[in-house]
Amino acid sequence: MLELYGEKFSNRLLLGSAQYPSPAILADSIKASQSEIVTVSLRRESGGDLAGQAFWDIIKQFNLKVLPNTAGCYTAKEAVTTAHMAREVFATDWIKLEVIGEEDTLQPNVFDLVEAAKILVEDGFKVLPYTTDDLIVAEKLLQVGCEVLMPWGAPIGSGRGLNNPYALKTMRAHFADVPLIVDAGIGVPSHAAMAMEMGFDAVLLNTAVASAGHPALMAKAFSLAIEAGVMAFEADPIEAREMAAPSTPMMGKAFLS
Amino acid sequence: MKIYLNGTEAQIEIGFLDKVLVQLGYQDVTIATAINGEFVPLSLRHKTEIQAGDKLEVLAPMQGG
Repeated sequence: MLELYGEKFSNRLLLGSAQYPSPAILADSIKASQSEIVTVSLRRESGGDLAGQAFWDIIKQFNLKVLPNTAGCYTAKEAVTTAHMAREVFATDWIKLEVIGEEDTLQPNVFDLVEAAKILVEDGFKVLPYTTDDLIVAEKLLQVGCEVLMPWGAPIGSGRGLNNPYALKTMRAHFADVPLIVDAGIGVPSHAAMAMEMGFDAVLLNTAVASAGHPALMAKAFSLAIEAGVMAFEADPIEAREMAAPSTPMMGKAFLS
Repeated sequence: MKIYLNGTEAQIEIGFLDKVLVQLGYQDVTIATAINGEFVPLSLRHKTEIQAGDKLEVLAPMQGG
């Protein structure tokens, strides 16, 4: 079971709700993924069309854990204000804290991230910070009260997978008891399986499903890959080696030359 | 009175935020509000008077990753 802030989940795929071709495909993809946590956001609402209300009606029907984000925030102040607004709208104290540093990579601004996390924890939020794989930043986030860390696999929406497996493995080993979720950059199910084989607790992704040719089918593929990755981790995989090692016993082999 | 609603000029009658939101078409909807960059919780809307030139942000649920 995945346990985050004292709540237990049987599925380890956190699914984003953006970029789907239609609301129906979003709904089909959520079903196919079997996700129990779906990320959402806040944007300006026009008093004319009230588009956000229709989206919210779709999400509410699933009765899932909703994880609002602070996507698009570039300062701690913006992120903190957005988190407060999200808490009121979504009636949850969980927040996926994003503070972006620059536009090309959407890399987290880790300085403002720590500052915002500290304020939000003091304000009673359960903060899930989108961060890099830097161990010292991770330590600071834990020190200010975060109980979950979400290091990036690769830049948001890039689909590159796990850019730095060494750093992620180091993080997993160093924070053995902290729930770690690989967030962002995942492209295909094998990337997610790899994260789970490393011992990560969950994967958060959006574009890889929403922008696939068949989102619901891809959602199912990710769900299965994550399940396989968890099983593989629990089965204690072998270590890779430089040279071949015969799997067929040599004892009893006929001498035929 | 002129204010800025989500970055666009809007004309409203002077009043408290809860009433101004109704004037602007937000009735029985799930939204959160901020004025001049500061969050105004639902519980304070009826006590928060809008001033000319205020920047009012009205946010609602949206797709997110």
